[in-house]
This record gives sequence, C-alpha cells and structure tokens, in this order.
Amino acid sequence: MIELAGVSKRYGGHAALDDVGLSVGEGEFVALVGGSGSGKTTLLKTINGLVRPDAGRIVVAGEDVATASPHLLRRRIGYVFQEVGLFPHLSVAENIGITPRLLGWDKARIAARAAELLALVDLPPGVAARPPAALSGGQRQRVGVARALAAEPRLMLMDEPFGALDPVTRDALGADYRALHERLGLTTIMVTHDMTEAVLLTDRVVVLKTGRILADGAPGALLAQSSDPDVLALLEAPKRQAQRLAERLGA
Amino acid sequence: MSGPLAAAFDLLPEYLGWHVLLSLSALVLGLTISLPLAVAAARSPRLRWPVLALASLIQTIPSLALLALFYPLLLALSALSQAVLSQGFSALGFLPSLLALTLYSVLPILRNGVAGITGVDPAIAEAADGVGMTPRQKLLQVELPLAAPVIMAGVRTAAVWTIGAATLSTPVGQTSLGNYIFAGLQTENWVFVLFGCAASAALAMAADQLLGLVETGARTRRPAFVAAGLAGLVIGAGAALAPLATFGQTAAYTVGAKNFSEQYILAELIAGRLERAGAAVSRKEDLGSAVAYRALAAGEIDVYVDYSGTLWTNVLGRADNPGRKAVLDQLTAELKRRDGVLVLGSLGFENAYAFVMRPDRAQALGIASLADLAQEAPRMKLGSDLEFLSRPEWRAVDGAYGFAFRSERSFQPTFMYRALAGGEADVISAFSSDGRIAADRLVVLSDPKGAIPPYDAVILVSPKAAADPRLVEALRPLVGAVPVEAMRAANYSVDRDAGKVTPAEAARALERVIAGN
Repeated sequence: MIELAGVSKRYGGHAALDDVGLSVGEGEFVALVGGSGSGKTTLLKTINGLVRPDAGRIVVAGEDVATASPHLLRRRIGYVFQEVGLFPHLSVAENIGITPRLLGWDKARIAARAAELLALVDLPPGVAARPPAALSGGQRQRVGVARALAAEPRLMLMDEPFGALDPVTRDALGADYRALHERLGLTTIMVTHDMTEAVLLTDRVVVLKTGRILADGAPGALLAQSSDPDVLALLEAPKRQAQRLAERLGA
Repeated sequence: MSGPLAAAFDLLPEYLGWHVLLSLSALVLGLTISLPLAVAAARSPRLRWPVLALASLIQTIPSLALLALFYPLLLALSALSQAVLSQGFSALGFLPSLLALTLYSVLPILRNGVAGITGVDPAIAEAADGVGMTPRQKLLQVELPLAAPVIMAGVRTAAVWTIGAATLSTPVGQTSLGNYIFAGLQTENWVFVLFGCAASAALAMAADQLLGLVETGARTRRPAFVAAGLAGLVIGAGAALAPLATFGQTAAYTVGAKNFSEQYILAELIAGRLERAGAAVSRKEDLGSAVAYRALAAGEIDVYVDYSGTLWTNVLGRADNPGRKAVLDQLTAELKRRDGVLVLGSLGFENAYAFVMRPDRAQALGIASLADLAQEAPRMKLGSDLEFLSRPEWRAVDGAYGFAFRSERSFQPTFMYRALAGGEADVISAFSSDGRIAADRLVVLSDPKGAIPPYDAVILVSPKAAADPRLVEALRPLVGAVPVEAMRAANYSVDRDAGKVTPAEAARALERVIAGN
C-alpha cells in the first residue's frame, strides 16, 4: 500500500527526517511513536503530500506522490488530526460531505453518505444540520473521522487524533475507530506520543527518534527483541503503568 | 420653506446623484483592486510589507492634495494620448476624482483583507488541504468566506472615507455634495454649508448601516441579512442615480466658474443667456485659477470669465504693465495664437487687486497710498486670499514698493474681510469689484507706481466654442454691458449677512440692470 525509501527532510539546519524507509501493507494498523521532534508528524504528512521531502521516494497505492496531483491524491486519503479543523461556516453534514462534493458526487448521494457516516461514527442524525461549534470535543472528532471516511478512502492518516480528548471519550473513540478499521478493511497510520494507545489499538509500532526509525514491529516482539534503551523505555512504560494501576486499585 | 433651504433642496438630486455615482464607482474600483492585492499579500509575506506600506503612504497624502495632483497627471496623459492615438480625454471632473478616491479606498479593504485571510485558523487551512481542495477552492470556499466579516468591516470604513472625501472633488470640477460646502463658504451661505455636511453625513451613515447589515449577515451566517443589506444598497444607489440620466449628458455647453461670488454670478449670467438661446447648459464651479484656464484651452469648459491681469501674469508670465488697452489687445492676440482661445471682450468693469484698510486705521496712520503703506509695513499685518501671496502680482507689487510686513496670513476671501473688521489684519488684498468695500466704507490705497496690472473682466471662449455662432452671438451683447457699480451691487447681494440672495437670483437682477441700460 505504502512504500517509502530514503526519505529526508530538513528544516533549516535541523533534520526532521533522515533517510527513512518504510513499507506498509494493505489492512495494517501502524502507530508512529516517538517524542516531540522525532519526525513522526513530518513522516505522516509526506504520505499525503502536505510535506514535500527533500530527498527520497514515496509511493502510495502504486502512485508516486512527487508526481501525483496533490489535491486528487488527498481526496483518496482520509486525514484526521488533533485540532480536527472542521469548517465553522458549514454544517456538520456539509463538513462530512466536503470531499464527495469536491469529487462531484450528486446531492442525494452525498446526503445519504453523510447520514450513513453519522451512524457509523455513532452520532445522532439530529446533529447533521448543526454547526460544528454546537458539538462537544468528542463529537467534533467523530465528525472529523466521518469527514475523512466520506469519500471511501482505502488509506487513513491520523495525527494524534484523540490527543485533546478526555480519557473516557478517548478510550471509547479509539475502540470505535479500531472496529471501523476492521469492518471497512482500511489501512491506517496513526501518529501518537502515547505508547499505551499505540499498544492497545495497533498491530505494529514504528519508533522514531530525531528523524530515524529506531524500531519497527509488533509491540510484543519489540519488547522481546529490542536492545535499544530508548525503545525499551518507551515500551516498558505502559507495562509499568498497568502494574502500578493494578497495585493501587487493589485488583 | 425659506429661500436658501428651498434652493438647496432643488440642487439635491443632481449633487447627490453625482456624489453617489462617484463614491460608488470609486468603492467598486477600489474593491476590485484591493481584494486581489490582499489575497496576494496574504499569500506572500515578502509582498505584504511593501504593499501595505505603499497603501498607508497614499493614505497620509491629504485628500484634497491627492485630488489636485491627479489633474496635471491626467492632463499630461491626455496630451500623450492625443499625440499617440489622436484621442484625448477629459482631465477634469469625474476621472481625477474617481482615481484619487479609488486610491483612498484601497487601504482599509487591503489591510482588513490581509488580516482576515492570514487570520484564518491554521487548523482549518490545513483541513482544507487535507480534504483535497485546490488552492483556488481553498480560497473561495474556506478563506474568503471566513474572512468576509473582517473584509466587510474594511469596506464599511472605505465607504465612509470615500463618501466624506468625495465632497473635495468640487474644486477639480466634479459636481458633488461638496458644491454646497464650497459655494456656501464663498458666499457665506451657512445654510448651504450645513446642508452639504448633513447630506454627506447622512449618505455615509446610510451606506455604513446597510454595509453593516451585510457584515452582520456574513459573521452570523444569515444570508437574509446579506441580501437585505445588498438590496438596500442597490435600491438606494438606483434611486440616487436615476435623476442623473436627465442631467448634464445632453448639455450643449459647459460654463466654468472660479471659486468666488462674482464668478458664480457671472457664470449664471452667461448660462442664462445661453439657455435663452435654446441651449442646455451644465456648470463646473469652484475651479482653481490655473485649472480654469487650462480646462478652457483643453475644451473641457466652453466659456468662463477671467481677468486680464491674471491672464497677463499667470498665463503669459509677463511682469510689465504697458497699460490697460495694450494688455487687453496683446492678450487677445496672444491667447488666440497660443491656445486658440477667443477673448470675446471685456464685460465693462475691472476687478483688480486692491489693498484696502479700515478708514479709522488708515486715517490714524495717515496712509493713502501703497507708498505710505510701505513706510508703516513693519508694524502692520497683511491679510490676503489663499493664492495672492504666491501669485506674480504680489511679487511685482512687493518688488515695486519693498514691503516688509510684520506678518502675512492667508484667508478664505470671506474670512479675509472678517479679519480686517476684527483687527486680525490691518490691510488686506481685496478685490475692487467687491461690494463689501463700499458697504464697509473701506479705504482703497492708490498705486502711484502702477505696479498692479489692470484686471478687466473678460469673457473667454474655448477654441471649439469660438467657432459656434450660437454661443458667440448669445454672449456678445454682454461685452461692455456690466458697469462696476452693478457688479458690486450684485456681489454684495450675495455676500451680505442679511437678506442674501443666491448667485442665480443676483444674475437675474444683474440682467435686469443690463436690459435697463
């Protein structure tokens, strides 16, 4: 589905990505993890052309991102990010229907699709006509996910999608999205700084540090095989948290 | 309704129509320039600073000066176009006013446009890219709709500025609500001045409120408000512009006038003659001295009255004084040869610069002539009109007598007489045909050295109109027909504080005097 080879990007004197290679297959759910400045967001944005790399080659579904028309490419890729970025001057239904409208779908089909997606992300049909400002944070992010899914993309890119939500909403939304990923047979790449979220939701964790890939594999396998202290510290964290939680709650 | 107020209302359809046409055109033109410029400046930080700095710089130029500067610029362009395409255009009136006001309207729209577009939440801009919009779709569907309230606020500011500044287009020959203010100031018709202010302010407020409705609609996303505001603007503009269809366009002749009472009266006198000859006449009043002659030579006005000494010194650049008849004869020959302008003849009176004093002061100081004045000058304050001190006549008089006044101050002619009466000036450069000299029993100082050239009031006809027998024959009877006493009386009837009449009424009274002779 996605092939990255030798991808580099510099901002001023600082290397955000340094010779990164990555291959993601159809149907995978991959987490990009690392501290701030590790290059995980930059890496994600090279895939839909929001960031243009200085060097390297990125191929999405057989198409070279460097030569593809950026807006046509992005209409085929779902994109969700922490700030959501719903258009405040459009209703919820209009926000969800934006990419289908850009693709020239007819009105009836867009309306039907918006209604279908509201049900899919577990929102009541009544919110369709409301402005985004009338929704809660969790509801807004559900609309963000619905908007990204509207044009039936095969690939979803998510940048800290649930980072700004309260823990309960975050947990529910994460689980709901994982179910959607399975049901729709999507390929998903998600940036997160939260290792627990990565371990709970995804099949494969790619650890980045200063623009390079430190480790790449299933969470359990990484913990067993990696010798890198940074990787181990990252992976140990959720385990230690779980143990402490169990002790304190007296389970 | 009282006389001046009724007269003001009679003029309203024409003045308001032109004012609305001018401000609206300037605003629409300003919008079409500044909106794309705002988009470009919002996209490129490198472009942003110079563009905003230039717009701010234009805003610092006084609006009257900006209007005045466009006249010579357009005159040069028109001459160039005449030479290259053998097709000139009018450098007076609508065009310079439109361009200056357009420049004036750019800054608020540009500044708010840039602020509005760059102020769009970066997350929303990123979402627009993320959902697959092209840069154009992003601009039209996301950035401009979100910036619309801020841009509309800029349009409101621009509208209020433009409508206010449009009153200043009167001196470059464009009819506007400013005609009330300029004419009212010259003839001390305060009803006119207030009427002009009130009409302009009411227009600005109405436009502001309707645009405010559009702004509110854009901000709260209520299309009904936007539609109501726009409909109000369209209906209002349509109603104001409708009377224009019957004005001006069909006029066969344009009569010019400079900016003082005598000129208004004489313009009405000439217009009345032409109208009785069956021609439709339009007027361009409040023209500056130099503007008036150039406008005539360029055929933008067909006829106006000027003064031999003014033309002698300012147009021909002469400093000598060969005597009244020689000046008139040489002027007639020279203007014909140089510009094709016809000097039809003298009306029969002189309106010279005359240094006048209050009788009590003149007597106390024993001053009867300019030579006496030169002796006492270091203790005296000179008051003059706005242009006299920069005119060659002043240099000639000053050169002949060697004045060294304690102070020299310029006034609007109206206030110049007030300054003399109130003692803020000891001597003023008055006009010999002014009715106020006799009415206030002012002392006219003699000019023993003959330094002040003669100022016969002469009818000037444009090159094109000189070949028009209807115009020439209608005006020829005025040559030699206006005695100075009649002119003084007419001027005073317009200038006096109590029982003042309009220039048109004074012209009709003057016409009766001429017929009685």
